[in-house]
Amino acid sequence: MSSTASSTTTTAAAATRAPGSPDARAARGGNTTAYLRYAAGKLGGAAVSLFAVLVTSFFLFRIIPGDPVKAMTHGMPTSAEQLATLRRQFGLDLPMWQQFTDYCAAALTGDLGTSYQFHAPVGELITQKLPATLLLTGVAVVVYSAIGLWLGTRSAWRHGGLGDKLNTGVALTLWSVPSFWLGLLLIIVFAVGIGPLPGLFPTGGMESGSETGFAYVLDVAHHMVLPVLTLVAVGYAQTLLVMRSSLLDEMGSDYLTTARAKGLRDDDVRRRHAVPNALLPTVTMVFINLGHVAAGSILVETVFSWPGLGGLFYQALSVPDLPLVQGLFVVFAGAMIIMNLLADVLYPLLDPRVGR
Amino acid sequence: MVTKAPSPSARQPHHRFVRTLLATGLAASALVVAPQQAQADDGGEQDGRNGGKNVLTVAVSQSVDSLSPFLAARLLSTSIHRLMYDYLTNYDVKDGHTVPGLATEWKSSPDKLTWTYTIREDSTWSDGKEATAEDAAWTFNKMMTDENAATANGSFTANFRKVTAPDPQTLVIELKKPQATMTALDVPIVPKHVWEKVGDFSKFNNDKDFPVVGNGPYILTDFKVDQYVKLAPNKKFWRGEPKFDELVFKYYKDGDAAVAALRKGEVSFVSNLTPAQAASLRNAEGIKVNDAPGRRFFALATNPGAQSKDGKKFGTGHPALLDPAVRKALFHAVDRKTIIDKVFQGHAVEGEGYIPPRFASYFWKPAAEQRIGYDPAKAAALLDQAGYKKNGTGKRVGKDGKPLDFRILCHATDPNDKAIGKYLQEWWGELGIGLRVDCLDNVSDPWVKGDYDLAFDGWSVNPDPDFVLSIHTCAARPATPKDIGATDNFICDSAFDELYAKQAVEYDQAKRSELVKQMQSRLYETGYMNVMAYPNAVEAYRTDHIKSITTMPEAAGNIFGQDGYWSWWSAEPAGKAAGASEGGSSTAVAVGIGAAVVVVAAAGLLVARRRRATAEDRE
Repeated sequence: MSSTASSTTTTAAAATRAPGSPDARAARGGNTTAYLRYAAGKLGGAAVSLFAVLVTSFFLFRIIPGDPVKAMTHGMPTSAEQLATLRRQFGLDLPMWQQFTDYCAAALTGDLGTSYQFHAPVGELITQKLPATLLLTGVAVVVYSAIGLWLGTRSAWRHGGLGDKLNTGVALTLWSVPSFWLGLLLIIVFAVGIGPLPGLFPTGGMESGSETGFAYVLDVAHHMVLPVLTLVAVGYAQTLLVMRSSLLDEMGSDYLTTARAKGLRDDDVRRRHAVPNALLPTVTMVFINLGHVAAGSILVETVFSWPGLGGLFYQALSVPDLPLVQGLFVVFAGAMIIMNLLADVLYPLLDPRVGR
Repeated sequence: MVTKAPSPSARQPHHRFVRTLLATGLAASALVVAPQQAQADDGGEQDGRNGGKNVLTVAVSQSVDSLSPFLAARLLSTSIHRLMYDYLTNYDVKDGHTVPGLATEWKSSPDKLTWTYTIREDSTWSDGKEATAEDAAWTFNKMMTDENAATANGSFTANFRKVTAPDPQTLVIELKKPQATMTALDVPIVPKHVWEKVGDFSKFNNDKDFPVVGNGPYILTDFKVDQYVKLAPNKKFWRGEPKFDELVFKYYKDGDAAVAALRKGEVSFVSNLTPAQAASLRNAEGIKVNDAPGRRFFALATNPGAQSKDGKKFGTGHPALLDPAVRKALFHAVDRKTIIDKVFQGHAVEGEGYIPPRFASYFWKPAAEQRIGYDPAKAAALLDQAGYKKNGTGKRVGKDGKPLDFRILCHATDPNDKAIGKYLQEWWGELGIGLRVDCLDNVSDPWVKGDYDLAFDGWSVNPDPDFVLSIHTCAARPATPKDIGATDNFICDSAFDELYAKQAVEYDQAKRSELVKQMQSRLYETGYMNVMAYPNAVEAYRTDHIKSITTMPEAAGNIFGQDGYWSWWSAEPAGKAAGASEGGSSTAVAVGIGAAVVVVAAAGLLVARRRRATAEDRE
């Protein structure tokens, strides 16, 4: 693990230091206005997408069948009057167009409505659970991107060898494993313990509930080990394969032969010349994955009882809790749009040919 | 062209080897140090107690919708309210009859319209103030005057005219018309001096300030959404304080993970087990499986021709099902024994009447001549007599000449629905009747619109059967086809309604039981609703944590979701209960040290590599 981290940090540093093309610096320096125009265009596009998401989220979830009020009181002694009150409370008795304008007006002020089932503001519910999801999937994405980049580079550099075959073989196998199943196996082996192996980690949750201060941080870290491991095991193959194939594409290039002819060490040829050029597709993917971070992983969050947004989304859909579903949809889609925007804005810095 | 790169390791065998060795060694030592420490702590807690505390940890999966008794509708939330607040009355643990709660006595006036309750003198709120009739009166008045406060339990007070507390020990409730549920008012009584400060009842969730002031057997001390709910015993509880030092409801969103936590000892109790989980735990050491008669029924409902109160018909129910002979024939072709054995794998009891047998005073069985048993031949004969003959292809045709093809609504999330759907397709197929099983994530939409022929239906029954009976009255139907009523499946039968009205005002328990039985007989007779099974409650607990715990009914019943607080109030520790915390602070410290070692090692390696790289660049 430790050597992975060091190696990736180096490649990332190399990427910014030597951005592929020799005229990169000049182009960037000379075309600041062009770049700003490019960035502004992308920003405008993102704003339009965000608005489209807001509109879509309202109508899309109105198609979901089911009466939310009936669903949330199911099993309770409820009179018709109580049902009517609830409907009035949540504005469900208003015509659709009025519900829509109310929703848009509120959304513009940052108010995403009140959850039917939790009787609490949607924004509050999301901000309550967002940190847990960001922590879990964020750490996992960083770790699996790093491992994928490192192993992908190794595999491509010595492609066809035993290490490469083993690497890709293992990665592909883990990739096809259902995450909830792997999670359960890890719980049985590492949380409950098998044979002489004792249970080392908690079976679920994010904290023990009795710690404070630094002990709390460590307690959360202890709870994170197995879910992160699951996400990493299932997720690193993607980065590995993309990195491997784009590096393979670069490996035949003349500039590498030139670099070698200059007498550079093989490690330097790889790190300073080949890898930075092969990074583009992988960077896109890492950003897309970061966009997914907000949505978390419903399956892994469920198996490990992680109190994040994935589980909340599932609960919201099953009622259906329209304001909550809408709010989550906006947050998920928003995260994707922002991450794509970041990737777009970052591209010309990595490769000056983009955005000209 | 691809350039084959020379292996770097061939050139730097020494560096690589040392680096790998170092990294592996550090990582391994970090992993080993931390978990061994963790194991020692875990072991310590499982053998002993959590810092000397006996903690009863219950695995739950349902989210708390609200901790405000005025809003909460879910089973977990209302069960927690039973622990936090005392109700006027409670249900006896043996047979569910009404026993004193906050009220010690109650009586009704001769005209049945005024109820007087005597409030006990030995109940105090956890902040030291006495719980009085004024608190009860304030609670009910709030529900009567603020519609937001009536969200959860408004059905109980809808018929109240006036509620007063002439003195601290007397509560008087005046009714608009007689109401039989006056000794079964499942309404938590809250402290007036705390709750009168609440502004908007539709938004106040009672989950910010801890401990929450209450007078039940437990005091709510902490709550984290979807993580845990913690309660401490109320030392001043009038019935006596609970014996565990802490009660924790801990979240396990996945059933298998919860079972794993039970095996490990992280939790003491798990409910809602699948047959496979129950089978795997049955032989586990130190674990007791409680396979008890449940409070639910599982039924087959037919669309009786959906109709609103204003007399308008709607929906797309099959007209053949309006014929009692067809409904009877369908049910004669259901082999309930096979369903119990194969689908429920023995964890259920064959169904007959509407109310499950555990509610002994209301339980009803059809007489031998009334019983619709499994008899495919009789089913075929009934259909022949009623004029639904088989055509050339072996399919029964209706009076309109069209083949009998029904749809059944099935909950996509319920494997039992799907499995039984398959059996029904087979049994009814042999009769010459087609069946399409429509499994949906959310069945309520077609249900509410009356767009179904048959449906899998089920309800949890309360000790007082008023509600589950009320959903089959004509009054429960929607006002217009566009509205949504409180009805279950649009049944409207004047004979049933007449009996319902009689039982609702009958204060004599024996007479009311008799009326309720007659209602079930009528429901069975009409055949719109046929109960196939009473699923068991299957749950398990660790005997090394819990020495004894009370089931309800006491002889053989469930532990989780009781009507009352009996299980968690009565539970006795075995002296070895594991803590809610599955890793003590020293575990966390060890893990932290391990993590820190890894980070420092990584940083060290990074620096070393950099140095080496620059050294080589200089060369």
